[in-house]
Amino acid sequence: MQLESLITKFQQKDQKAFEELYNMYSQSMQGVIYNIVRDNDIAEEIMQDVFIKAWNNSASYSAAKGRFFTWILNIARNAAIDKTRSKAFKNSRKNLDAEYFVDILQTSESLDDQMDAIGIKKFVSKLAKKCIEVIELLYFKGYTQQEASDELDMPIGTVKTRNRNCIKELRTIVLE
Amino acid sequence: MDITAYIESGILELYVAGALSETENQEVYELMLKHPEILQEVLEIEAAVIKLTAATSRGVNSSLLSLIKEKLLFNKEDTKVVSITEPTYNWLTYAGWAATIILGVGLFWTLNQNTTLKSDLQTAESDLRAAEIEQSYLETQIADAKTDLEANKQLLSVLRSKDIISVPLGGQGDFANTYAKVYWDKETDRIYLDAQGLPEAPEGKVYQVWSLTLNPLSPTSLGIIEDFNTDDNKIFEITNANESQAFGITLEPEGGSESPTMEQLYTLGVVASAP
Repeated sequence: MQLESLITKFQQKDQKAFEELYNMYSQSMQGVIYNIVRDNDIAEEIMQDVFIKAWNNSASYSAAKGRFFTWILNIARNAAIDKTRSKAFKNSRKNLDAEYFVDILQTSESLDDQMDAIGIKKFVSKLAKKCIEVIELLYFKGYTQQEASDELDMPIGTVKTRNRNCIKELRTIVLE
Repeated sequence: MDITAYIESGILELYVAGALSETENQEVYELMLKHPEILQEVLEIEAAVIKLTAATSRGVNSSLLSLIKEKLLFNKEDTKVVSITEPTYNWLTYAGWAATIILGVGLFWTLNQNTTLKSDLQTAESDLRAAEIEQSYLETQIADAKTDLEANKQLLSVLRSKDIISVPLGGQGDFANTYAKVYWDKETDRIYLDAQGLPEAPEGKVYQVWSLTLNPLSPTSLGIIEDFNTDDNKIFEITNANESQAFGITLEPEGGSESPTMEQLYTLGVVASAP
């Protein structure tokens, strides 16, 4: 089924459509959430909140505002970041600031089961630090271009072209 | 506009990341509609990012989806097909509401019962046993009510379907105060007969349903309703592959008749010609 009609059905509260979209995006969302909270149980809790929120707020999505993937990615990132700001979380967790998504890729034993594991590992091993940083901020942490530019201390134009080159490289590995 | 330069600027990667402003999002969206190569580029960026983010997942618990569905109160997928000929429910959704109210009252009652029980330690044990029986009885009722509601919803959706032809059957002769209604689903060659307006069939007699063509008048039996008196909602599902022009119901001796006894014609209704 076309993504557009699937989303329309989802917005009309079609349960099957919800399931299909869940199957399409749940793993990505789990990856993003896990990268932020670094705890499986907490990630699972947040996953529930994210998909329940998506269902309840489905009407607020509009294609003119962005991709559906981006919409749900935003919900997931915000929910996970909110969680890390809660007092209980802060008390129980160490400071995660210095960790990047690549740590997970490098330490994950289950990665070999996954379709593109080898490609992604290859990608990560080749990936320059500057790519890791920019991808982490823009995709995993949800920084705006201005925020990323401030954080990396480089002009917005440079952020854009650097990110483009990094994603280009990723594409040649995972989409061939 | 230079499409290649636009793509190379890196704006589409930020678009997928959700890092652009609302105005910029709107702009990218409009350009995607106009230029297929921009859309294609976005789709590829998105696919790559989906794979990358999925790769950092520690695996999604397979029970998570059912948990979410449970929390969202999704219907069970495997709802049984309702047999309309052996229904255990009343007509229309009023039954559903009634069931809900009974259920609410029932729950309130058990709650009260429980409170009373707690304060009454002396007779607690025997009372508790009684309450347990009562509770399991209520649980059965709740389960039944849920099934009934589901069945009613299904029936209602059948009857509301636009392809259904509805044929009112008016009382005839001595039986002018009786009535019935046929809902005819030509797609599936079925009729749903709502015969609530008919009196109980006397001992030794049964109602028989007829499909009629008018010129010349020729009846075809659609069958007898054997369980009419014991049926709660008086809705019967009957197969009808005929090109019916009218439907009638007569009272016949047990086992039915070859042709309708016209003196005992209770209700009759003509199918409005199809548009």
